[in-house]
Amino acid sequence: MLIKKPADLRYSDITPKQMYVNRRRFLTGSLAFGALAGAARGGMKLSDAKKTSYNVGDEKITPLEAITHYNNFYEFGTDKADPAENAKNFRTSPWTLKVEGAVAKPMTFDQDSLLKIAPLEERIYRHRCVEAWSIVVPWTGFPLAALLSQVQPTSKAKFVAFETYYDPKQMPRARWAGIEFPYVEGLRLDEAMHPLTLLAVGLYGETLPNQDGAPIRLVVPWKYGFKSAKSLVKIRLVEKMPPTTWNLSAPNEYGFYSNVNPKVDHPRWSQAKERRLGELFKRDTLMFNGYSEVASLYAGMDLRKNF
Amino acid sequence: MVFAACLVPFLLLLWPFWKLVTTGDAPELGANPVEYITHYTGTWTIRFLLITLCVTPLRKILNQPKLVRYRRMLGLFAFFYVCLHFMTWFILDKSFSLSDMWADVLKRRFITMGMLGFAMLLPLAITSTAGWVRRLGFVKWQRLHRLIYFAALAGVIHYYWLVKSDVRLPLMYGAILAVLMLYRFFMWKQSPVKRAAPRAAATTPNTASLPD
Repeated sequence: MLIKKPADLRYSDITPKQMYVNRRRFLTGSLAFGALAGAARGGMKLSDAKKTSYNVGDEKITPLEAITHYNNFYEFGTDKADPAENAKNFRTSPWTLKVEGAVAKPMTFDQDSLLKIAPLEERIYRHRCVEAWSIVVPWTGFPLAALLSQVQPTSKAKFVAFETYYDPKQMPRARWAGIEFPYVEGLRLDEAMHPLTLLAVGLYGETLPNQDGAPIRLVVPWKYGFKSAKSLVKIRLVEKMPPTTWNLSAPNEYGFYSNVNPKVDHPRWSQAKERRLGELFKRDTLMFNGYSEVASLYAGMDLRKNF
Repeated sequence: MVFAACLVPFLLLLWPFWKLVTTGDAPELGANPVEYITHYTGTWTIRFLLITLCVTPLRKILNQPKLVRYRRMLGLFAFFYVCLHFMTWFILDKSFSLSDMWADVLKRRFITMGMLGFAMLLPLAITSTAGWVRRLGFVKWQRLHRLIYFAALAGVIHYYWLVKSDVRLPLMYGAILAVLMLYRFFMWKQSPVKRAAPRAAATTPNTASLPD
């Protein structure tokens, strides 16, 4: 039997980046006509997002590869590499996001209208995980406040509760995660209304990859990453402090506020330093993750008690 | 041959690590290479501890007394990987700071447990030579080396306390350790009966005292 010797691949054989990028642009461009079908898989260009001054100085933006292959998304497995693998076929179309509760005008958004709730902006934020690693992400999205002002919270609205998508059929690994689903999170109304609080629909100028919380997620840059709930299906304005998943799982380890705070350690590890992905040695963690403008939200509060 | 096999996990780590240090980029180690290396060396420590603890049951069940000659080497490999694990943490996580290290050891129970396991393996590695068996006398030496049971237990608890919510892997290693220890327990329960016969015969060489 003749066994063919496999051709040796040379560097010159690798498709030049420009070529496959152009091909992707062409494909996504054509898909854009097809009722935004391309958005279902992430990676569709969000070209009209406005650049903003939200930046992180001379800190480097984390490469896309790291942002998309080092994820905590327990519905798709607890290993950092699991979500990239297991969320590949996650269906984000059709999608429904309901905004309800103590509001004058409850609203429901579908896949297409998610991108049109408010003008899109690009913001570069630090993202600090409670596990003491961090990344810098160029998000595309709009302030949560823009959505809340549309639904008009009533005087009863004191907190905002977030619920994320859960389908055990699409997320079979969730049963091993050790936490309850659907994943729920919450913010105080003034935190939710803060101009830094973002609803993100994209990163690196394209729609969100599934493993990063497609099609729409919360981003609260001064809080530990788990507060920034992914793949939102419900936003509910409520009167009482809503339950939050990690707090339910281990109340002594994860508080409702979970503000990034180098002085308040996690019971099992220090929060004084963090490892920025791509760096060998750890760097100091900044109070409120460097977003000192939120400090006034917590004036007079004991942040050791309200961790 | 067994030696080379034990070295494989280390060699698999060496090349990506070299690339990481020289070029700063090693996709094999994922987005957080330090975490990867820490978990990798830690996992192989537990595995080698459990493999070492398999030697005696396998030797007896398969009736292959010769297997015992691999035991020291396997144990020393567990020590080798725990040293890598410790150095990764000390150098890349604690940045060579002894004070930071002690603060963590005292404050964080999973690190306390890990250090306890490491500390228990240290005398075992030192006294692993034939010279030390002679110096201590076999009975004392054997008693000392039962510390490996507690070192393995410390390793499993260290891992269990570290994970956030998915405890499947630490529980799996814990279950394997439990099986290996239960085997020893039942052998120990049976042993007076078993040993009674050769002892009664008086002239039979005491094979029961083969190290386990």
